[in-house]
Amino acid sequence: MSTTVTPPKKINRAGLEIASYKGGKTTLCAGCGHNAVSERLVEVFFEMGVHPWRVAKFSGIGCSSKSPAYFLNLAHGFNAVHGRAPAVGTGAMLANRHLIGVTVTGDGDTASIGLGQFNHMLRRNVPMIYIIEDNGVYGLTKGQFSATADLGSTLKTGVVNDLPALDCCLLGIELGATLVARSFSGDKKQLVAILKAAIAHKGLSVIDVISPCVTFNDHEGSTKSYGYMKEHDEPLHEVDFVPAYEEISVDYEEGSVHEVTLHDGSRLVLKKLGRDYNPTNKLDAIRTIHEAAASGQVVTGILYLNTQAKNFIELLNMVDEPLATLAESRVRPSRQALDEIMEELR
Amino acid sequence: MSTIEVTPAQAHPKELERRIVNDFSIQVATVNGSGSQTANTVLMRAIFQMGIPVSGKNLFPSNIAGLPTWFTIRTSKQGWIGRKKEIDFLVAMNPETAREDVMNLEGGAAVVYDEPLKLSELRPDLHFYPVPFDKLVAPVCPEAKLRKLVRNMIYDGVVAQLLGIEMEEVRKALVKQFGPRKAKAAELNWNAAQAGFDFAAKNLAKSDPFRVERMNATQGKIIIDGNSACALGCVFAGCAVVTWYPITPSSSMIEALVGYLKRLRIDKETGKATFAVVQAEDELAALGMAIGAGWAGARAMTATSGPGISLMAEFTGLGYYSEVPAVIFDVQRAGPSTGLPTRTMQGDILSTAVLSHGDTKHPLLLPSSPRECFTMASTAFDLAERFQTPVFVMTDLDLGMNNWMSDPFPYPSEPIRRGKVLSKEDLERLGGFARYKDVDGDGVGWRTLPGTDHPAAAYFCRGSGHNEKAQYSERPDDYVNNVDRLARKFESIRRAVPRPEVDLNDAASIGVICFGTSRYAVEESREQLRQEYGIETSYLRLRAFPFTEELGDFIDRHARIYVIEQNRDAQMLALMRMELEPEQIARLRSVRHYGGLPVDARSVTEEVIRQEEL
Repeated sequence: MSTTVTPPKKINRAGLEIASYKGGKTTLCAGCGHNAVSERLVEVFFEMGVHPWRVAKFSGIGCSSKSPAYFLNLAHGFNAVHGRAPAVGTGAMLANRHLIGVTVTGDGDTASIGLGQFNHMLRRNVPMIYIIEDNGVYGLTKGQFSATADLGSTLKTGVVNDLPALDCCLLGIELGATLVARSFSGDKKQLVAILKAAIAHKGLSVIDVISPCVTFNDHEGSTKSYGYMKEHDEPLHEVDFVPAYEEISVDYEEGSVHEVTLHDGSRLVLKKLGRDYNPTNKLDAIRTIHEAAASGQVVTGILYLNTQAKNFIELLNMVDEPLATLAESRVRPSRQALDEIMEELR
Repeated sequence: MSTIEVTPAQAHPKELERRIVNDFSIQVATVNGSGSQTANTVLMRAIFQMGIPVSGKNLFPSNIAGLPTWFTIRTSKQGWIGRKKEIDFLVAMNPETAREDVMNLEGGAAVVYDEPLKLSELRPDLHFYPVPFDKLVAPVCPEAKLRKLVRNMIYDGVVAQLLGIEMEEVRKALVKQFGPRKAKAAELNWNAAQAGFDFAAKNLAKSDPFRVERMNATQGKIIIDGNSACALGCVFAGCAVVTWYPITPSSSMIEALVGYLKRLRIDKETGKATFAVVQAEDELAALGMAIGAGWAGARAMTATSGPGISLMAEFTGLGYYSEVPAVIFDVQRAGPSTGLPTRTMQGDILSTAVLSHGDTKHPLLLPSSPRECFTMASTAFDLAERFQTPVFVMTDLDLGMNNWMSDPFPYPSEPIRRGKVLSKEDLERLGGFARYKDVDGDGVGWRTLPGTDHPAAAYFCRGSGHNEKAQYSERPDDYVNNVDRLARKFESIRRAVPRPEVDLNDAASIGVICFGTSRYAVEESREQLRQEYGIETSYLRLRAFPFTEELGDFIDRHARIYVIEQNRDAQMLALMRMELEPEQIARLRSVRHYGGLPVDARSVTEEVIRQEEL
């Protein structure tokens, strides 16, 4: 018997090659930040060994919402209507609590037309991953400001935004999301670690990814450009994700890391950079975001994490099996039950 | 008590000899929020328990407390349970409306009233019965703050004495209303009813002709409102996901549904629910969640009314085009806009049939009774899953919120059918599938559910243009192929929806067509037309849109066809115009009723006679 055979291609825990995680060919612009996010999603689902057919993808309308077609072709996807992905995703999760929900939307979807749905999804802490590919403009309609555009930033045409920006992470922390992160499509390592943590997290993960629009918002005066992010991205910590199935123990210098154990036993190791940041403190998180914004910096990393709160599915006290496929005997009461009710109404 | 004066009507001395038995209506005029609902329900039930056909209609304001409200009970030995316009027996408890209520009565009517209102001075041609409610309530209800509520039960006793309603039946109805847990409250109310009865027996001399007498016409029947019936229907249809936003007059459907689900759908072993109920942030989200759940394979419903339907237009279009099942109950109220939130109308027919932009059309089910609310709930879920599309159940406030006498509901005779869903094993065998390909010739493709444990299960569901394989496409041939298939699917739906109820009369040259709650007025009007004018009619009651072949056949057999509906613009007739031949359309005439109150037989009869130029 031969002992070890080196596999020709890398196979993950699910026995799948990375090809099983690919999506269709992107139709977005070359250099669009969204494509990088799609690539990261392919990588993390492969590396985490998730069966792609356990994933359900959701999106609204816009450039970002096309993304679910560009990763995980073997997962069901639902490209819904503008701003309404939260409702569709919530409904699907009610029907099948075993699904791993991934929603990809944009700042138009989330911060304008779908703001109501976004806020209420936050309140419910619906267990899914909600990614905002945030570029501050409407791309498909050719470059109008979105509600996340910073005060004073300018369009290509020179038009100045004179309204304050809406911060989806602040809303997330305030209203009930239990993992809130901000990242940059250009920061491959950080984004991968955050996405993995989101897959392991049992509640709602809101990830605001600054994802520059190369066509309409990558110029001088934009605060969502590659150039601006390279200068103003201020990581709160170095994010390391240690999956439960990897028995790695690394010794960190005492006090140099914040470590949080996630629901599935995996660990989130946050190595301190300039400051001592504890992401489990809601008020600290909110203050940190405000302070950074005031000084023109964009703080990235795991902004907030709550592993204790119950998610929406748990609150509903549903049976363990998916409601979608319960047998008739479990969802249609007996003839006797109907007769009893009829008798009461006589 | 010597100050009480009974004033018999002077204009109708012969009425003392005339007896009108089991064929009159009682109206109770009270103030909203005064707790009159219990007294009115007990009164209606007591008559029902005496075997007399009865119907109750609550005319209430969009208000929590303070505005006037009227409850009308109709007794009808012939079994007519539609609204009757004339009030024969008034209980005037509301000082704000008492004068107008009295002035609107026809001569010969009877009035029980709160003595301080001094109504007997208003008209000489009515039978007045003054009752000192405040004096009567004090001794039976020592607790002052409860008196406002208990006071109403006194008129139950007074009316029972005057009309001959058996007090034992009042007592039974009271016990039923309060249930075993509130025996004390039932006792308090019973004492009040008794006090009213005793007062009337001692002090009021009966001068009006109205009487109830025991019959045997309600044996085996139940009393239930349409919203509760829809709710029960959903429970027995296996509905698992309920997503909704509160709106009058649909909210009580969901409240009833939650009650029944908690009672019937908690797993005995685990104590866990086989359902999920979510109060959404608005109607957009309500239908969006139902569509998400339907896509993922659960039977999902929402309930709303006109303003909610308008908001649901966007998701309805998505459901139609991406082909996702959902069931929407529309308990119609008077529109447009906010309209009259507590008044009834069949006003969403046209807009719902073609709800949303682009070429869309949707199946509508048209229940007319609580029993149909129950059975059509199952039909709606079956159709939605079989044809993978949103299905609307169009009830109205009259049906949904009023109590109706009904035959008991039949247990579903068919197993739950989930439509064309490919399993893991199917995929194993087939190797793959094309989501929107018409492999069976009925316009309905096969779908898979997310989470199906197979690499070939996935497809991409979208509201944008797509080809048979669910891939994004802007090609004209793909687009046409897809929407033509959707049109073919609609023809398949036409063959599957409930057929109309038809009563052909060979002697008739006139046909009448109605749907939903209009049937009660129309059935009674046919009798009026026959007896009073010698006009024979045929009858067709629509039970669904799209229309089935019976409609065209019916129209072909008659010279003139009256379409009776409760809206201004003849919406159902407009839908017929879209589907029928010109020579058929030319025979259609319209009878419309749209004041916010349920249509009554007399209005239908008068309008038909007017158009017949008789």
